Amino acid sequence: MNRYINYFIFSLLLAPIIRLIVLAVSNQLGANPVEFIIHSLGTWGLIYLLLTLTLRPLSQLIHSSKPILLRRTVGLFTFAYVCLHFLSYAGLDQWFDFQAIGSDIAKHPYVLVGFSGFLLMIPLAVTSTNQWMRRLGHRWKKLHRLVYLIAILGVVHYWWLVKKDISMPLLFSAILAVLLGYRLIPKLSRGWRREQPATDIIHTA
Amino acid sequence: MSRNRIDKIPATEITPKSVHDDRRDFIRKLGVGLIGGIAASSGLFQDASATSSDRQKITSYRKSSYGHEETTTPYEDITSYNNFYEFGTSKSDPAASASRLITMPWTISIEGQVRKPKILGFDDLLRLAPLEERIYRMRCVEGWSMVIPWIGLPLADLIKWAEPTGNAKFVEFVSLDNPAMMPGQNLHVLDWPYTEGLRMDEAMHPLTILAVGLYGEVLPKQNGAPVRLVVPWKYGFKGIKSIVKIRFTEHMPVSSWMKANPREYGFYSNVNPSVDHPRWSQATERRIGDGLFAKRRKTMLFNGYAEQVGQMYSGMDMRKYF
Repeated sequence: MNRYINYFIFSLLLAPIIRLIVLAVSNQLGANPVEFIIHSLGTWGLIYLLLTLTLRPLSQLIHSSKPILLRRTVGLFTFAYVCLHFLSYAGLDQWFDFQAIGSDIAKHPYVLVGFSGFLLMIPLAVTSTNQWMRRLGHRWKKLHRLVYLIAILGVVHYWWLVKKDISMPLLFSAILAVLLGYRLIPKLSRGWRREQPATDIIHTA
Repeated sequence: MSRNRIDKIPATEITPKSVHDDRRDFIRKLGVGLIGGIAASSGLFQDASATSSDRQKITSYRKSSYGHEETTTPYEDITSYNNFYEFGTSKSDPAASASRLITMPWTISIEGQVRKPKILGFDDLLRLAPLEERIYRMRCVEGWSMVIPWIGLPLADLIKWAEPTGNAKFVEFVSLDNPAMMPGQNLHVLDWPYTEGLRMDEAMHPLTILAVGLYGEVLPKQNGAPVRLVVPWKYGFKGIKSIVKIRFTEHMPVSSWMKANPREYGFYSNVNPSVDHPRWSQATERRIGDGLFAKRRKTMLFNGYAEQVGQMYSGMDMRKYF
């Protein structure tokens, strides 16, 4: 039974890429197919990244370990979508013109921010195996905290490329803020309680 | 003045001499037919408001040799991939919801520094000059481009009719402001109504047209029906759609995009591969219709119309006046 649930989740995670393939084959990617593919892969990469960050709070909320057990799978899917996002930009759009790509990264902050996020994902994907978890011990957790920075970079990347209508980046930012807040607020309030007299809390907050 | 400039256009872009010379003769001969055409077209414009799939032929217009070296972008792409924020910020929104726009009747208010303010009905607009097909490249500030066979008339003909005073140094254009017909106006992404502007010499330039059709048909609503501006050497957003007001001013108008982000959008917005948008490159462009595996093309200075329009900007710092 469990296996079927896994298959189901797997195919759900694959659905966006299957959709793109179906649309491409049936010539339904619209007037600007390259842009469609790049934007679609980027959007899904970001959605899955936020989904990865939702799994632990969800597990705590519903008192079940099932969501958190999916974290590696969803995380690796995120990496796959972001890889394809970058590859479609580098290949389909820029035709692997590394000089153009290099100057795009260097000159345009939104590209730099997105590219940095992508690079930072590589060590996390590499060290996602059980073997690496054992080898790195407590440092593994520290390393994988990079995911928070990556998520911020991803949202900023989106925010900076939008021409005027910021509703989508705003939505992603709001979700990310909730997910970060969920982790930060208990930590901060614990810290304050330990280190500072109650009267100071108001000032520092 | 416009004759002198026309002569400097390269051979491929020039209206054939025979057509050019015969212009007066052409107007005289077709005068009667043209009026008939307008009558027919006004009927046809009325019908066009029925449904968006109702495609209506424009009965009388003449061909020109502009842009015949280019492959035109497919009709489906030109009419499904639009930036027309009045109908929503997604490129598919205008095609989906522009059918709400009622374009008949339509008037344009002529105001400001003119001898006398006037109201121009749509049919009167068509009577100002013979309709002509102009195949122009269109370069969007976002880095994509199309080749569009517009049908329209020179803006210069409207300006001459409007009789601007000596104080008129700029022309300001204003789009329809009607949130009931334009659902995107309920969102404050831009300060409605959409406003654009040109310097007088740019507005009088023979390449600048008011378009009322494309591909031999009445202008689809998602492309700015019933009448829009086309300035082929400037980024596409200068081509204001569904125009209801033309105002002649002494001072430089502030366009919607300048107001929204003065650091990123200037008054001139001439296509220029060496002046990047602050956030992205303008060196290359993706030609719509080239397909999934096509390479980006190099963007040309003034979108390839440098010979015709470059002299208007000689001595001007294009980085400062972007």
